[in-house]
Amino acid sequence: MEIPYTKVTLDNGLDVIVHEDPQLPMVAVNLWYHVGSKNERPGRTGFAHLFEHLMFEGSAHHDHGYFEPLQRAGGQLNGSTNADRTNYWEVVPTGALDLALWMESDRMGYLLPALTEAKFNNQRDVVLNERRQNYENRPYGLAAVALAQALFPPTHPYHWITIGQPDDLRAATLDDVRTFFSTYYHPGNASLTLAGDVETSRALDLAAQYFGDIPRGPDPPTVVVPDGQAPSASLLLEDRIELPRLYLAWHTPAMFAEGDAALDLAADILAHGKTSRLYQHLVYERRVATDVSAFQHSRELSSLFQLAATAAAGVSLDTLREAMLAAVRDLTRDGPTPDELSRVATQVEAQFVYRLQTVGGFGGKGDQLNAYNVFRRTPGYFADDLRRYTGVTADDVRQAVGHWLGGVPSVMLSVVPRGRADLAVAGATPVEVS
Amino acid sequence: MSRVDRTRMPVPGPARSFIFPTMARRQLANGLELRAVSHHSVPVTAMVLLVPGGTAIDAPAQAGLMSMTADLLDEGSHGSSALAMSDRIARLGGDLDIEVSHDAATLSFVTLDRYLDEGLTLLRDVAVTPNLAEDDFERVRQLRLERLKQLRDLPGALADRAFAQVLYQSHPYAQPGFGTTSSISSLQVDDVRRVHRQVFRPSGATLVVAGDRPALALLDAAERVWAGWQAPDESAPGVRDRGRLEPPALPAHALSTWHRPGAAQSELRIGQVSVSRATADYHALLLLNAVLGGQFISRLNMNLRESKGYTYGVRTGFDLRRGKGPFVLQTSVGTGVTVPALREALDELRAIRDARPVTAEELARAQSSVALGYPRGFETVQQLARGASSLAHHELPDTYFEEFVPSLMQVTLDEVHAVAARVLDPARWAVVVVGDLEQAGEGLEGLGLGAPAPVHLAL
Repeated sequence: MEIPYTKVTLDNGLDVIVHEDPQLPMVAVNLWYHVGSKNERPGRTGFAHLFEHLMFEGSAHHDHGYFEPLQRAGGQLNGSTNADRTNYWEVVPTGALDLALWMESDRMGYLLPALTEAKFNNQRDVVLNERRQNYENRPYGLAAVALAQALFPPTHPYHWITIGQPDDLRAATLDDVRTFFSTYYHPGNASLTLAGDVETSRALDLAAQYFGDIPRGPDPPTVVVPDGQAPSASLLLEDRIELPRLYLAWHTPAMFAEGDAALDLAADILAHGKTSRLYQHLVYERRVATDVSAFQHSRELSSLFQLAATAAAGVSLDTLREAMLAAVRDLTRDGPTPDELSRVATQVEAQFVYRLQTVGGFGGKGDQLNAYNVFRRTPGYFADDLRRYTGVTADDVRQAVGHWLGGVPSVMLSVVPRGRADLAVAGATPVEVS
Repeated sequence: MSRVDRTRMPVPGPARSFIFPTMARRQLANGLELRAVSHHSVPVTAMVLLVPGGTAIDAPAQAGLMSMTADLLDEGSHGSSALAMSDRIARLGGDLDIEVSHDAATLSFVTLDRYLDEGLTLLRDVAVTPNLAEDDFERVRQLRLERLKQLRDLPGALADRAFAQVLYQSHPYAQPGFGTTSSISSLQVDDVRRVHRQVFRPSGATLVVAGDRPALALLDAAERVWAGWQAPDESAPGVRDRGRLEPPALPAHALSTWHRPGAAQSELRIGQVSVSRATADYHALLLLNAVLGGQFISRLNMNLRESKGYTYGVRTGFDLRRGKGPFVLQTSVGTGVTVPALREALDELRAIRDARPVTAEELARAQSSVALGYPRGFETVQQLARGASSLAHHELPDTYFEEFVPSLMQVTLDEVHAVAARVLDPARWAVVVVGDLEQAGEGLEGLGLGAPAPVHLAL
């Protein structure tokens, strides 16, 4: 299993990757910029994502909305920002490939002349709405903010979440936009994939034609990670919720590093599906929790492993904490059973196969090729990535869990209904997030 | 390398032709209809079982019964436990999704091609011979009651419930499919067993299989596993299409509110009872909606988001069911701009039916957008299986997919104008606001919708 591709790097540093799949009369354009909220600075958090919004507001030679010509042509498009990268994609009918590349290259080369204070203020309002809708007005929505703040010291690039702080968004200026654009938005910091109904030679020609004359910018500054981690903490957050929830988080190895895949499987063994250890124990048998979750949140600089459980009515978070830590201890002591390991490995393999079905959009083949290219310097990492998982042994899981999750969690966060601090883990310290 | 002419945008070339997948069918002696779609791409199989009978069949005092029944389907079969079922699914690398809409239950399973037979058997065990055991029922009910507690903190879900209740009143589409604390508490496991016998029967049901094998091979595989499904003879199927009852002409209130002190945003719904999927105006409605609020570039989003910055996004849709479903506009806006956002939204809805009807340019753009993007819906086996099952659900012809674009392109501007005037009727609109009314409420009276009425929602 693999995703066949051809990769060429243009003189200006732009990586161009082509994958042919003529099943639909569509081509998926996917463009990654290797910049995310980790490249922001304190006081300007949320900026990478706000900037992404501005990329849809027009460029010098098409100073109108980015959506109109592409939706008219039958295309679908979107973009997203996370801590490590920003991606933009279009899935367009074959005949509209030129159009998509013209537009994508125009905003890479010529965004700033079209930038205005009015657009900037409008999109800042839109993003503030997005933050209120998806975080402030959503149960447990601010837990991620509290966790990030507690896990990393203030100067660490993962101290804030990608949506940023409202005051920082309000403080951002047009000058910030210009500086950010010239620092990060140029061919040398980008990777372009064309996947779908296009011949490789034509795709490469078109990429060179549209992007070839955009000048390469200076290499972006290296992200500085401060030494040392924030001290372990047990925190309490009051929220507009009915049922308390406990989050446990540990620092773990970066995406693709030794231990990353084993911890992914450990997360599945602990909390994926009814047969997972925590679901079976806490939700199915004892009925003290209404849901459990676990995941290895893999990122470029370092990862975090997070366990969470929501308490059934009348159950204390201390009860959940003991059971969650006991499950981790058991896995450290005995590792997974052969049955457990084969079950989660089959699921992972199937997910890899399912991922081969779609050329475009988030997680489609174009997006995967770019992810591997940006983070592994090789678009062809698909098969190696799968082997990372199929090669994991029971002992690998046991050792990774023991090594990385063996100590006390870096952060325990009790989220409780307003006025019910008594439901939190004993000794938790109240925390405020805006 | 040729330089790019940046003075003009490239004009898209003609669309490459696309051959829509064909469907093979077979009627089994037990009444089950099989459909198969062959898709040579990746060794993955998707299967969908569509059973008529959704949340609309619930008696009002037993709201949530159908969805509770669906929840219990994967809690074990043939006496083996829920855990054993979960383990079986995982070992097939499978993904089982059980969904209950207003009019039907849909069970979807995706697995690797090599597990086709095991997948078909698993889906049959889930649908036909679930344990429906007392202990599992109590556990699932308890989880459901906990979720219902959490509902009061989900402003979008509250707004949806209030909207359905205000529009549909005593019609089956008014009922919360998830149930209420009181209705779920009153259910017995025997209720679930009865509904299962009434609804899950081969006659009227459709099983679709899409995968990387010839259609006949898919049909044969499905027949081997499903031919033995016999309806329990002691019970009649009952009415499975209660959504087709006539809904009320007018909403209970024009303006309904739910107060959430300190809410960060206001959730808004505006709409009315509209038409059923069987409408002859289907394509015109689709185009009207694309212009109004169905796309990023629609009038409403360009106004409320891109011009005013009131929201992260706003959209509209005609929820076309077997009975008359709602037309709804939905958005979440800043608390302080609740009234101006409502005013703009109402203005746009009114304008498209009189002051600013759809223009020829807008219609051409919507036609082009929808028609050229249409093949995107035929990429994965999951999409193909769902597509084929939706044809069965709405009794559409096998030639539907290939006829879609020609039908869409035939819609005229006059037809769109006529349909806008007919389906958008301000006298029938209901508006719902879920937010902090002390901050957002001032000016609500001035919208011309009468006094705001606090909605009484049973949660």
